[in-house]
Amino acid sequence: MSSGSGSTAQANSAAGRVGIVLVSHSPRLAEAVAELIRLLGAEQAVVTVAGGTDDGQFGTSDRLVAEAINAADRGAGVVVIPDLGSSVLTTRRLLLDDEVELPPDVRIADTPFVEGAVAAASTAAFGAGIAAVMAAAEDARSIPKL
Amino acid sequence: MSTPGSPGSPTQHRSVSTLDGDAVAEWIRRVADAIDGQADQLTALDAAIGDADHGINMRRGFHAVREALPQQAGELPGTILITVGRTLISTVGGASGPLYGTAFRAAGKSLGDAATVESAALLEALRAALAGVKRLGAASEGDKTMVDALSPAVSAFAKAVERGDDLAVALTAAVSAAQRGVTATIPLQARKGRASYLGARSVGHQDPGATSTALILDQLRAVVVDAAGE
Repeated sequence: MSSGSGSTAQANSAAGRVGIVLVSHSPRLAEAVAELIRLLGAEQAVVTVAGGTDDGQFGTSDRLVAEAINAADRGAGVVVIPDLGSSVLTTRRLLLDDEVELPPDVRIADTPFVEGAVAAASTAAFGAGIAAVMAAAEDARSIPKL
Repeated sequence: MSTPGSPGSPTQHRSVSTLDGDAVAEWIRRVADAIDGQADQLTALDAAIGDADHGINMRRGFHAVREALPQQAGELPGTILITVGRTLISTVGGASGPLYGTAFRAAGKSLGDAATVESAALLEALRAALAGVKRLGAASEGDKTMVDALSPAVSAFAKAVERGDDLAVALTAAVSAAQRGVTATIPLQARKGRASYLGARSVGHQDPGATSTALILDQLRAVVVDAAGE
């Protein structure tokens, strides 16, 4: 349902929710994790995606990440879940750039992509504040799977 | 490019003391050409310890930079470098986009609206570039990254400027230090970037980011040395 940097169908009813941005080298991976989040019952979460480069190739896009962050903003802050490498650098560079228009409270979660995204979105879907969403995302690093 | 004093005899050492916008544009054009020539080698280095796209990404970015240069004709040095940075940020989909983008943009901002750049201002610009890269990537010397070339280059340039060396001599010192830094990455274990996932297997391989940094600085040295020889 989501386009490259579009918002979910719940967008308009999600005022005050922490937005979740999935940044991946792969457009399909970002979309798939967004879909997983919906399938796991967190469809109330505001989730936007920035996957791949501007022309749909493997990599990251400064513009797509900035758009996704702005599209995810519902006034309660935004948590970015990057997959690895340049997803982190691209996002971090945007947050350090004083010439880019972004929401006031954007944070990057240091967490595995799938697990952290699910944890963040599930928490945000219940209306939790940004600190709780970040904590949930980062706790996901150490929750045993077996 | 400005050279102080009179031409004098053919054996007199001509000293180039500043860079203007044209010199900066020439530098960047030469970087684009050098990246083109070295793209396969850079990719090969990156294939050993990364995701095999450093040369490809740099070539793509600097092709876009080369295309943006004509509109920068007559522009200030700082403006040109900011444009280089912005272009890399918006066209390179790998780590070198944000990293080199930040480096060039920080250098350009440091130069402000100066029409000519002498050693002291260039040193500040290089320091700003290094600071920006370190802040963004959180890398230090020894992590096996571009910082391992850029940091020693800046230190060497600073020492040369302090000694009163002219721009060509100072840049030659900077490039030598950068190249030593590149070689020094070979035995290091990567602590940043894709190579860090390889752990001990990254040891024994030269870092591609450090390699391209030395290449970029070497082209600046070449522009200044060539101008001094004219």
